[in-house]
Amino acid sequence: MGEMEELRKEMENLKDQITAARKTFQDSTLQEAAAGVTVVGRVQLKTRKTLRGHLAKIYAMHWGTDSTLCVSASQDGKLIVWDTITTNKVNAIPLKSSWVMTCAYAPSGNLVACGGLDNMCSIYNLKGKDGNVKVMRELAAHTGYLSCCRFLSDTEIITSSGDCTCVLWDIETGTQKTVFAGHQGDAMSLGVSPDFKFFISGACDFTAKLWDIREAECRQTFGGHESDINAIGFFPNGNAVITGSDDATCKLYDLRADQELLTYQDSSIMCGVTSLAPSKSGRLLLAGHDDFNVNIWDMLKAERVGVLAGHDNRVSCIGVSTDGMACCTGSWDSFLKIWN
Amino acid sequence: MSTTNNIAQARKLVEQLRIEAGIERIKVSKAAADLMSYCEQHARADPLLVGVPTSDNPFKDKKPCIIL
Repeated sequence: MGEMEELRKEMENLKDQITAARKTFQDSTLQEAAAGVTVVGRVQLKTRKTLRGHLAKIYAMHWGTDSTLCVSASQDGKLIVWDTITTNKVNAIPLKSSWVMTCAYAPSGNLVACGGLDNMCSIYNLKGKDGNVKVMRELAAHTGYLSCCRFLSDTEIITSSGDCTCVLWDIETGTQKTVFAGHQGDAMSLGVSPDFKFFISGACDFTAKLWDIREAECRQTFGGHESDINAIGFFPNGNAVITGSDDATCKLYDLRADQELLTYQDSSIMCGVTSLAPSKSGRLLLAGHDDFNVNIWDMLKAERVGVLAGHDNRVSCIGVSTDGMACCTGSWDSFLKIWN
Repeated sequence: MSTTNNIAQARKLVEQLRIEAGIERIKVSKAAADLMSYCEQHARADPLLVGVPTSDNPFKDKKPCIIL
């Protein structure tokens, strides 16, 4: 029992050390630094396309790197690859399990992945020889639902799970390369850094964690949210992290200063954040909420500069294309919309 | 048995906190300046921020001109 007490004391000491260290580097705030910056003018985006075809709630979407194709996952049991310009369905992939919660497009455009309450991440080859899209691998080992997945390449993918872990998989062998354990609650979302060396995860323990993929360790943990973190993403230069939570706020954390810089909140916003995406320059933050809307924030000034209203149910997913030309929203109303 | 698990878990937490306590940090003023600079440098190339002219917008249906 003596060791437990000692360990507890050391934990408290280290936590105090981290808090104190962060304070030493807090010589200013982003608010002060950006005081002279003019708020972005009102942002009014219009729906340019509506992608119709899913028959039930859409839970996830992900842009392909070509900024034209995207994949969406719905609990109608289908993955659909869309040409967002023509609105044509390039592929409609029937899933073994309809309880899908996430999907991802490989940077190469060759593969898509999805998973959910089946606890597995299924990889599909879009470019099979006979033209049929088939399951290429079923990555099974998680003991909880698959909440998110993101490809590093055609041979590696990272998953986050309700079992509180994130995993790096070798797609060819179907095995776990690294298990990233540390979260004390369901891992809900993940994002990969622009240089592919790190990833961030947000969880139901109200924290976000930064992981070094090759060193296989957690480098930093960020707290402050008062409820589950449902959405997470990197600021475009990879130096900061944005989180969205059930506490109805988004937060910006700087990785090099190791602390929170801003909170995006408004007393009129009472619904949890389900999804988020930064615009190409990082100046705008688009956040999807349970109240059917997307709020657009000036990321430097923490002021709301626009709203996307057009869905008839919760906005469950959002993504900005690689070239920054458009934003795609997916909703429980079964539609995807393209805005710019 | 659960006591040994608890101690093992506590040891891991302490180890993790040591890693996090020992990282190098930069001042918030520098971090903020770099974020602002990045936004400024890339603003012009951010279509959602500056708007997209119809002729360059792949998502906008271009209406053909009818010469009467």
